[in-house]
Amino acid sequence: MAANVLVWCIWVIAAFACLASAVAVVSFRNPFFSALALIGNLASLAVLYLLLGGEFVAAAQVLVYGGAVMVMFLFVIAYLGDRTEEAPWAGGPSWQAVGTVLAAGAILVEVIVAIGLTTGGELTHEHHIARSFGSPEHIGRLFLTDHLLAFEVTSIVLLVAAVGGVVLGHHARANEADARA
Amino acid sequence: MHGPDISWYIALAVILFATGSLGVLLRRSPLIILLSVEIMLNGANLALIAFARRFGHEDGQVFAVAVMAIAASEVVVGLGLIVAMSRRNLELDVDKLRTLRG
Repeated sequence: MAANVLVWCIWVIAAFACLASAVAVVSFRNPFFSALALIGNLASLAVLYLLLGGEFVAAAQVLVYGGAVMVMFLFVIAYLGDRTEEAPWAGGPSWQAVGTVLAAGAILVEVIVAIGLTTGGELTHEHHIARSFGSPEHIGRLFLTDHLLAFEVTSIVLLVAAVGGVVLGHHARANEADARA
Repeated sequence: MHGPDISWYIALAVILFATGSLGVLLRRSPLIILLSVEIMLNGANLALIAFARRFGHEDGQVFAVAVMAIAASEVVVGLGLIVAMSRRNLELDVDKLRTLRG
């Protein structure tokens, strides 16, 4: 019983931090603060993954997302300098903003209805899982047996993205040299 | 299982996804659009991991790791584009880039 209350407390704190930081990312005017808020979002999501038994995914979330990807984001934002823009709600509600909020609300309702119709209230019944559920050993074995093709394709996608990043940077530098000449 | 059941996690994932899509549609800075796309991907990841727990299979977690790799590649290309835009002295505003508009 005590464990139940504790897990609920952790869930509520993590979920609140997650939603608050998501709203902060969308609404901050300075991209630097948005990126910092996203780090908070990723960290609280890692807590939720741990509650769901995803130990390896939580660790990867903190290392890959919170570490590598966000550091790259912060480097680029620092490189671009101060890019503070006016608040998205500045100047009163425009028809574009109203349409946007309606569209996002429509997505919300649509997904909830689709999930509700598909699962039909079977979400409360749960499988019993072993203690090693989601451990690096299990995930690694699945990656190298059942999902080997996905694993290899993912590595090719990463390689292509790295080459794409280099090519984009090279083009930008060449254009800059043209402009100077 | 102790604590909230899976439907709570799914509800949170859906709200995260909607928040991210709101940011993508509402903001005009490509940097913040990329950050909002990350929120949407994370909402999807949370749903994947919650369903993996519900069905007692780890396949959903494997898929979530793959989604993370895709997100990383998307960030590399997106940030490369933004840096290229700023080097050409284009304004960082997605509404002002309309060369491809028909």
